[in-house]
Amino acid sequence: MQVVTFLAYLLAAALFIVGIRRLRKPDTARSGNTIAGFGMAIALITTLFVIDFRSLVLIGIAVLLGSVLGAISAQRVPMTAMPQMVAAYNGVGGGAAALIALSEFYHLQSGGEESLVATITVPLTILIGTVSFMGSVVAFLKLQEIAFSGSVTFPLQQVVNALLFVGILVLAANAISDGSLLPFLSPVGSVIAILAASAILGVLLVIPIGGADMPIVISLLNAATGLAAAASGFVLENYILIIGGTIVGASGTILTRQMSGALGRPLRKIIFAGIAATGTGSKQGGGEDREVNDSSPEEAGSYLAEEAQKVVIVPGYGLAVAQAQSPMHDLMETLESQGKEVLFGIHPVAGRMPGHMNVLLAEAGVPYEKLYDLEDINPEFEDADAVIIVGANDVVNPAANDPDQDTPISGMPILDVEKAEKVIFVKRSLSPGFAGVDNPLFYDTDKTMMVFSDAKQGLQQINEAVKNS
Amino acid sequence: MEQLLAQLAILVIAAFLGFELISRVPNLLHTPLMSATNAIHGVILVGGMIALAASDDVFTQTIGFIAVFFGALNVVGGFWVTNRMLGMFRPPVHKVKKRKR
Repeated sequence: MQVVTFLAYLLAAALFIVGIRRLRKPDTARSGNTIAGFGMAIALITTLFVIDFRSLVLIGIAVLLGSVLGAISAQRVPMTAMPQMVAAYNGVGGGAAALIALSEFYHLQSGGEESLVATITVPLTILIGTVSFMGSVVAFLKLQEIAFSGSVTFPLQQVVNALLFVGILVLAANAISDGSLLPFLSPVGSVIAILAASAILGVLLVIPIGGADMPIVISLLNAATGLAAAASGFVLENYILIIGGTIVGASGTILTRQMSGALGRPLRKIIFAGIAATGTGSKQGGGEDREVNDSSPEEAGSYLAEEAQKVVIVPGYGLAVAQAQSPMHDLMETLESQGKEVLFGIHPVAGRMPGHMNVLLAEAGVPYEKLYDLEDINPEFEDADAVIIVGANDVVNPAANDPDQDTPISGMPILDVEKAEKVIFVKRSLSPGFAGVDNPLFYDTDKTMMVFSDAKQGLQQINEAVKNS
Repeated sequence: MEQLLAQLAILVIAAFLGFELISRVPNLLHTPLMSATNAIHGVILVGGMIALAASDDVFTQTIGFIAVFFGALNVVGGFWVTNRMLGMFRPPVHKVKKRKR
């Protein structure tokens, strides 16, 4: 029986690997996800055969509840809110790992077989799993804009984090040494204290990180949950947990590095960003009373109709929030019907994650071949007559390239929209974007037309104006 | 001891495999890939089932139950949302041909 279990787990692991491999290319990605799902089904069904069948009812109820909630939430979540949904699924995975380790430790203490490896890996699993759980909760709250918006910092934050970490190490030593270090605290008590301290640590590690860096944090926490799963595999002596968890931990780390590379944001800078930025504040309201070229949709429309031949549209998160994909699609068709060239410039973090905007535009029916990546679109701006920026700011903010300014977006590669003849912002107000940095382009009254409007309404009105002129 | 060494060997090999697996992925696929690997670490559900099956008192039963619930949420939500995301991409054959012009 053990051999069969082992081989089935091996098959599941192989399917995970094939699945991830296929996810590297767009045309095989969906089948890759399905294959990995099959691997998961094999691992789960195999496990059902090796556990005590009397517990199946309880397991069945828990699986049913989790599956129903998972399916409903995954089906219902609007694609705009998808990053925080991934954060939520990631968090519960980390939480599960921590709880499993806690349960197993309790079991070992109340007369189970003593195992040094398990005793050592329990605190590790609880630490990583709980940090991932609470970190994901904070990421979710930030992205959903419920709490902790911007960068939340307080004095001596790093010192507090370091003390918490040392405290966790002491507690872990106490748990492993059977309570000989701190006589007043039982091993189970110390493990529960580790859980509590890790929860606080998880919150403190993520609250200082600004919203724009959240995708990278989620990716990092994803890798962490993988590691927690692998560590729990050592606790339970289970191979599929070790293999599956380690692969996710390692590939998640590389993916995080690639993402932060695509954004020009070194990981170290992200993790310590909030702390370094203390005092400068994230909201810069200084530019409010400066003059802008406040334009009506009609003015923008008639410029587009009469003067522009090549138009680049830069969609941002605001477009998705306003559900303006379809009016944008209409505007594209109107412009093309007048013989103009229309391209879309997609910044790697347009939306809130690399690739997020591609998902949203695909949903709206914009043809793939019109979507250009950062490197492909930047040379196109020079001979573009107009750029229409809808609900985006950070990704076109030239302040990111200004070496004299130290902002949360400094060093991030941007779309060079300022090279185009005219820049049309469709935006509700002058408020800075998600990263909270003011955009000098707003105040370039010769080049920039500011159309203050809801993205949906603004695009509809511009579309009408283009048709009528 | 032997089993531990085997486990360590698997750990190291799986780690290198994971590093190698993700190389030069287009930006377009970063989000789906993150979401899919997120679903894969839902394999923690295996651990949850083992823990719940081994539980024999209210405390471990409660946390085991929550762990299984969490794990199932991670697996089903993770794979489902990834599938939905990838379903929105148009047939890419079309795209590759036109982009090359």
